[in-house]
Amino acid sequence: MSETRRIAVEDLDNIVIRFAGDSGDGMQLTGMQFTDTSAILGNDISTLPDFPAEIRAPAGSLAGVSGFQVNFSNFDIRTPGDAPTALVVMNPAALKTNLSDLDTGGILIANEDAFTPDNLRQAGYAANPLEDGGLKAYRLYKVPITKLVDNALKESPLTFRQKERCKNFFALGLAYWMFSRPLESTLKWIKEKFKKNPDMADANVRALNAGFYYGETTESFEVRYQVRKAKIAPGTYRKITGNEAMALGLLCAAEKAGTHLFMAGYPITPASDILHELAKHRKFGVKTFQAEDEISAIGAAIGAAFGGALAVTASSGPGIALKGEAIGLAIMLELPLVICDVQRGGPSTGLPTKTEQADLLQAICGRNSESPLAVIAPATPGECFDMAFEAFRIATKYMTPVMILSDGYLANGAEPWAVRKLEDLPEIPVVHPTRTNGDGAFLPYKRDPRTLARPWAIPGTPGLEHRIGGIEKADVTGNVSYDPDNHEHMVRTRQAKVDGIAADIPALEIFGSPSGGDLLVLGWGSTYGAIASAVEQARQDGMDVSAAHLRYMNPFPENLGDVLKSFGRVLIPEMNLGQLRMLVRARFLVDAMGLNKVKGQPFKIKEIFQKILDLRPKSLAAGRRAAVA
Amino acid sequence: MATETATPPALTKKDFIAGQDVRWCPGCGDYAILSTAQGVLPKLGIARENIVVISGIGCSSRFPYYVNTYGFHSIHGRAPTFATGLKLARPDLSIWIVTGDGDGLSIGGNHLIHILRRNVDCTILLFNNRIYGLTKGQCSPTSEMNKKTKSTPLGSIDYPVNPISLALAAEATFIARTLDTDPKHMGKILLQAAQHKGTSFVEIFQNCIIFNDKAFESVSDKTTRPDNAIYLEHGQPLVYGKDGHRAIRLNGWKPEPVTFDGAVPPDGVPVHDETAEDPSWAYLLSRMDHQEGFPVPMGVFRRVHRDTYEDLMTRQIDEARKKLGPDDLQNLLTGEDTWTVSQ
Ligand code: SF4
Repeated sequence: MSETRRIAVEDLDNIVIRFAGDSGDGMQLTGMQFTDTSAILGNDISTLPDFPAEIRAPAGSLAGVSGFQVNFSNFDIRTPGDAPTALVVMNPAALKTNLSDLDTGGILIANEDAFTPDNLRQAGYAANPLEDGGLKAYRLYKVPITKLVDNALKESPLTFRQKERCKNFFALGLAYWMFSRPLESTLKWIKEKFKKNPDMADANVRALNAGFYYGETTESFEVRYQVRKAKIAPGTYRKITGNEAMALGLLCAAEKAGTHLFMAGYPITPASDILHELAKHRKFGVKTFQAEDEISAIGAAIGAAFGGALAVTASSGPGIALKGEAIGLAIMLELPLVICDVQRGGPSTGLPTKTEQADLLQAICGRNSESPLAVIAPATPGECFDMAFEAFRIATKYMTPVMILSDGYLANGAEPWAVRKLEDLPEIPVVHPTRTNGDGAFLPYKRDPRTLARPWAIPGTPGLEHRIGGIEKADVTGNVSYDPDNHEHMVRTRQAKVDGIAADIPALEIFGSPSGGDLLVLGWGSTYGAIASAVEQARQDGMDVSAAHLRYMNPFPENLGDVLKSFGRVLIPEMNLGQLRMLVRARFLVDAMGLNKVKGQPFKIKEIFQKILDLRPKSLAAGRRAAVA
Repeated sequence: MATETATPPALTKKDFIAGQDVRWCPGCGDYAILSTAQGVLPKLGIARENIVVISGIGCSSRFPYYVNTYGFHSIHGRAPTFATGLKLARPDLSIWIVTGDGDGLSIGGNHLIHILRRNVDCTILLFNNRIYGLTKGQCSPTSEMNKKTKSTPLGSIDYPVNPISLALAAEATFIARTLDTDPKHMGKILLQAAQHKGTSFVEIFQNCIIFNDKAFESVSDKTTRPDNAIYLEHGQPLVYGKDGHRAIRLNGWKPEPVTFDGAVPPDGVPVHDETAEDPSWAYLLSRMDHQEGFPVPMGVFRRVHRDTYEDLMTRQIDEARKKLGPDDLQNLLTGEDTWTVSQ
C-alpha cells in the first residue's frame, strides 16, 4: 500500500450516487454492491434501478444505458433521492442520458477511455464533451478506467474482453474510496460468486482494489466524504426489495395459515422475480408452477385454492388483463386468491422495465359486470411483506380474491427492513368444514352472517360434495339459478361482502394536522416516499399541508370521506392521469386536484414540493387560527 | 385434506347421479356418455369425495352438475388449468376433465397441449361433435372443410384438426377414441383411461342431434360400423370388417386396406402395439381417419409410462427438504447479510 496522503474527509447527511453505463457494463451489480455495503455500514438506503427493456441494446447506444441510483444517509430517508450528488458514467451515452439530472457542482466521474469517436457518435456528440469545456459546471474527474484495469490485470490469464468486463469493479472501488466505504462485503461476495472461476475472482478483486487505490494515490481527488450511521430504530435489519418482501410475505402467510403456498406465474417483467424467489423455496413446501400463459397461471391458482391451498398468481398489467375473466370467476366462486400486479408503464407492452401506477382502474373495474375485488397497495418495498400477508388474511376471512398493486419502483427498489419475527406474526385462521351445514345436502353458499363469507369446503371431505362454477347460483344452495331476484340478490351480496371489509382495516392516518386544515396531499402506493418528504418539508417551512396515504384501495378506509372533508383542498399526486382522483371525486364529490406524471420514473420530492408551493397553502399559524374561529 | 377413510363401501352407479335435472336436448349423445361414466366411476374404488369433475364451457361442460362428486364448471377452454393447479395442490384427488371440440381444441387448445405434455395425472374426456352446440351451431375446429353453418353460410374454409394427432404431438401418454353409440366399448376405454397414471386423453365421437346430426353416421350406425371402423386391440393384427375379412397392410410406411379370406391375415398386416415408445405408429393410425377407403380407428392408440408432473414436483420438494435440512423460515426471513442497530 502506498503512503497515505492527507485528504480532507467531509461529513454529509446523505449522498446520492448514480452508476450509469452500457447494459453490458454491470451497473446494476455495481449499484447493488454499493447498496449492500452501505446498508451493512448502518446507513439508511433507498435505491432506484433503471434499466432498458432490451437485454442487450447495441453497445454504446442511448437505448442501452442502464443506471442504478442509491441514496444513503445518516437519517431516515424515503426515496432514492431527487438528483445524484455523484454520477459515474462509463461511456458517452450514459453521460448524455444522465447529465441533466446532475446538479451544478455535482461530482462527475467519467471513464475517459470509453469516449472514443465511435461511442461519441453513437451518443450523438459532435465533439468530446470531456474535452470541450462544456462540463465546467461540474466537478469532473476523468479517469482512464479501461487502461487502468488493463494495467492492473497485466498478469491475469483472462482475455482482453474478459478483463474489460472488470471495469465496473474499478468504478465501484473508486466510489468506495471516495465515500469511505470498506471493501470487505464486496470482496466476500466476489469470492462466493466466482468460487468456480478463481481467475475471474482474482481479476475482479484486483480491479476493485485498483479503483480504491487510485482514489487514494492520485492527486486528482482533494476530498472524500463520509456518511455516518443512520439513527434508526434498534433492531436487526436486512436489505430487501419489494419483490423479495412480497415473496416472503406470501410464504409467511401460508405458514401462519398452517397450509402450503401455491404460486403460479408466467414470465413477465417486473413480476417474474416473485416466481423466481418462491421457486427457490421448495423445501418449505412451496409449489411453484410456471404456466403456459397468464390465464393458465391464474387458473391453476384457482384450482389450487379449490383444493385448500393458499394460492397466488403474480403478473404485470398486460398479464392482469389476460387474467381478467378468471378473476371474475374467482369472484363468482368466492374462493380465496391473491393476485399481485406489479405495475409497469403501459398500455399494451408499454415500458416493461419502467414504473407506473396506471392499473388502479383496471384492478378495481377491469372485468365484465359487477365484479367487486378487494385491492390493496403497499407504499414501500418493505411494506410488500405486510401487504402480502394482509392479502391472504382478507382473502381467507372473506373468501374473496384480493389484488395487491405493487409497481416496478417498489419491486426492484430496496430499503433496509427490520427483520420480522415469525412468532410476532398473527395466525391466519383457516377453517375447512367437515360437516354439512344444512339439514340434508351441504350448502356451499350459506354465508357467515358477519363476514358474508361462504364456507371453504374442500374436495376430499366426505359428505360435502358440491359443485361450483361461473354460472349464477342460487343463494345458499349454490345450484344454478337464472332467477332474476336471486341474481340481483347475489350481485348485491357479493358487493356487500367486499364493502364490509372496510370495517376490518385500519383507519386512514393523517400526517400533519389530524383535525384537518388547508391542503391535504393524498397518495397511494409507491409515491409515499416523495409525498411524505415533500409534505414534511412544507410543514417545516410553515405551510398548512398534511399528507395521508391509502393502502386500501377497495374498499377505502371508512374514514376517508371525513378526512377529505376536513381539508379545504385535496391534491392527489399519481403516476397516471388521475385514476385515484376519479374514484375519489366519484365517491365523495370532493373536487380533488391532480399532480400527474407518466414518465416511467417515480416522483421527485421537489416536483411534489413545487406543486404544493404553487398552490400557496395557508401558513400553519393561519390555519390554526381558522380552526379556532 | 385427503381423508383416511377405510376402503369405501362398494359404490354403485346410483351414488354418482346428482339430483339436478339433466338439461341436454332429448336424443343428445351426451346422455350416453354421462351414463357410461357414472357406471365406470364405482369400479375405480375411489371414494366419491376424492373425485373432482372439472369442465369448461359448452354443452358437454354441464357434465359436473350431473355427477355426484366434487365438481367445478369453469370458464371457456380453461378446465385443464384448474385441473393442473388442483392436482398439484392435492395429488390425492382423482380428477376428470370434460371438454368439447370447441372448448378443448379452439379456445382452450393451448392448455390442452400443455396439460398433455406435462402429464398431469387426470382423465380428459373430449366430446367431439364437430360443432358448437351451446351457441347454436357454428363450425368448430373439427368440422369438416366446406361445412355450411350459421357462421359459414358459404361453407367453412378451415382445415379441421385431428384430436388424436394433436394429442400425439403433445406427447400424451394415454390416447384413445370411442363413441357414444357403443357404451360397452366406451365403458372399457373410460376404465382404462381412469386407471392410467398420467394424462389420459379420450376423444368421444358424440352426436349433436340438433346442430350436426349424423356427423359420425358411418361409424355410429351399428350396421355400417364394422366396415367403417377398426377396433384397435393391443397385440392384435389390424383386422376389421363385418366378417373379419378386411385388414390394413403396411407397404413401407404406407398403410393400405386389403381384403382376405378371414383366416390368416396376409403378410405385412401389423400387430397393434399401444405401448410403443415411438409415437410414429400411433400417428400413422391417427391419419387413417379422413382417407378414402380407410376405417376409423377406435380404441387405445397409445399407452406409455412417464413420471407425472405432480410426482416430479413432490419429489423435488422431498429432495429439497432432505438436502437443505429442516425448514427454518425464520432463517430465510433474516437472510444472510444483516446488521444490528443498537441504541
Ligand atoms: S345442442 Fe347438440 S350437443 Fe348440445 S345438448 Fe343439444 S344435442 Fe347435445
